[in-house]
Amino acid sequence: MDVMPKWAEVVLVPLISLLLAAILSAIVILAIGENPWAALMLMIDGALGSTYGWGYTLYYATNFIFTGLAVAIAFHARMFNIGGEGQAMLGGLGVALVCIYLPWPHWSLALLGATVSAALFGAAWATIPAFLQAKRGSHIVITTIMFNFIASALLNFLLIGALKPTGSMEPATGKFPEATHLPSFQDMFSTAETPLFRGAPANISFFVAVAACFALWFLIWRTRLGYEIRAFGHSESAAKYAGISPTKIIMIAMMISGALAGMMAINNVMGEAERLVLNAVEGAGFIGIAVALMGRSHPFGVFLAALLFGFLYQGGAELALWTSIPRELIVVIQALVILFTGALDNMVRMPLERIFLAARKGA
Amino acid sequence: MDLLTVLQILDSSVRLAIPLLLACLAGLYSERAGIFDIGLEGKMLAAAFMAAAVAYTSGSAWVGLLAGIGASLLLSAIHGVASITFRGNQLISGVAINFLAAGLTVVVAQSWFAQGGRTPTLQGAGRFEPITLPLADTLQNVPLFGPIYRELISGHSILVYVAFLLVPFTWWVLYRTRFGLRLRAVGENPASVDTAGVSVVQLRYSAVIICGILCGLAGAYLSTALQAGFTKDMSAGRGFIALAALIFAKWRPWYALYATLLFGFLQALALRPDLLENTLGFKVNGQLLDALPYILTVVILAGFVGKAIPPRAGGEPYVKER
Repeated sequence: MDVMPKWAEVVLVPLISLLLAAILSAIVILAIGENPWAALMLMIDGALGSTYGWGYTLYYATNFIFTGLAVAIAFHARMFNIGGEGQAMLGGLGVALVCIYLPWPHWSLALLGATVSAALFGAAWATIPAFLQAKRGSHIVITTIMFNFIASALLNFLLIGALKPTGSMEPATGKFPEATHLPSFQDMFSTAETPLFRGAPANISFFVAVAACFALWFLIWRTRLGYEIRAFGHSESAAKYAGISPTKIIMIAMMISGALAGMMAINNVMGEAERLVLNAVEGAGFIGIAVALMGRSHPFGVFLAALLFGFLYQGGAELALWTSIPRELIVVIQALVILFTGALDNMVRMPLERIFLAARKGA
Repeated sequence: MDLLTVLQILDSSVRLAIPLLLACLAGLYSERAGIFDIGLEGKMLAAAFMAAAVAYTSGSAWVGLLAGIGASLLLSAIHGVASITFRGNQLISGVAINFLAAGLTVVVAQSWFAQGGRTPTLQGAGRFEPITLPLADTLQNVPLFGPIYRELISGHSILVYVAFLLVPFTWWVLYRTRFGLRLRAVGENPASVDTAGVSVVQLRYSAVIICGILCGLAGAYLSTALQAGFTKDMSAGRGFIALAALIFAKWRPWYALYATLLFGFLQALALRPDLLENTLGFKVNGQLLDALPYILTVVILAGFVGKAIPPRAGGEPYVKER
């Protein structure tokens, strides 16, 4: 029996976890001799006070939507895909290959091609751990961690070797051709009189990310496959009894997960950098874990949580610029969010359940 | 390649293997008791920072070591509370601990020393100095044994010898003591331990505490013996290589030594690409050497070369039936 009403489960528990993380972060800021309130105001102003700030916030959010959805779909099949980082790196490789070696007449076709390629590369990188989990029983968490490191070595190898333009010293590919340039928010929403989002990296792939949220929601709750994935996640033995093949679900769920993580590359590689650099993912694959936990693995929750983390990232950059608080504070906040919404979930839940039980008895 | 070069490579293999070995043994205690720990990396990093910071301010590497162990224990306590008391997801808790350490070390280092997330360079007693074993110089002219004794066996810091002694000690604890038997049992079948009237919670907490102490040693070694001071992200994935070594060793102490020595050797080779090229006659790719521990682990995990079977109750919170 559910002790708590649904709204408490969906809204109250994440909010309290977030509040706890915020309080601890405030203590950290106090401890290093800064004012938490002033820091928060600075973050809000820097991330949401201008279209420029919004442009960065939404850019980061786009990355986190993709990686958050990737972790979320794996969670639905009760798997922990910690390899989003590596899958997104491979997605970047997919984008770079398509953009550099194929002639594209128009950005829209290039976007389509790059999305497919990024998804395929990401999915392929997730397939091997998925296969090993399904067929050999190797723990998916460990194999995906190992694959993150292998991906990083692989990209390192390619970027100082085959993919580096001759004569260049920097470990990166050359600039992608002009035709693959994605329209940024500045291109889309600015008019001659009112320049908006000037210089900010948010681009059209934000809308691809939003579409991915809808698509994933439809997949999970409106299709037979989604039902099978959720059934498998709830009970493997029951799913097996109902004729659902565990191998199939593990493989498909992980491939979708890898594809989503890989698709992040259309935002950061194609939309922003317009070339593939070393460490292009910058930890977004791991932030996906926090985003999926915070968003309770629901696409809409993931969307909101990604916005929150986009805000934190842009706000954190502003903090590092104007105060003595280093950017790594955001990593601390991220860690606290993962800790409270993920690992210490029961700590928040148990007292709440007790309160609701008492209230019910009293009524 | 002459004997001296071989000895130098082996010597640096040992130095690089020690943090892996300590972290691997740390993971061994924890995972044998059924608590998965992917937070080894974070605990090492936190310990490395605290050890360097306190060693710098106090001027004593030993005080630094204690502080490092303290920092690591604090993170262990969080892991214990989350995964034992509140029966949370051990993997997620480990991830959180890694990020907590990665962020906090830089934030605090910046606040204390304002050197861009580093500690000042340690000098003199702030570091664990190499120890010259007795007779190392007298015996150096004895053929073969002399150079081996002087270059390879002698001249390491005290933590290196401690780490090596911990291997037989861990074997003895696990396989020859009552505590070890119970520890292994609680990782395989906690219900039976509970039925025998032994506290599952207590056993698992002790495992997590031992894990914290060993990670503390590993971290302190990084910043006060291997290098002279803390730098941002200095653990550089060693916690994960240790995890890989643990799987490679199939959760057994002596094999943990061999696996970490192998991985240390690979790291030492990656540092000397010139040497490899001269010996083998062709260029060995550095990235391949970096990735080799991970690739080997995946192969082992896949069960194509001997199957690695983790403790059966690993990762599962224990719930007493009512």
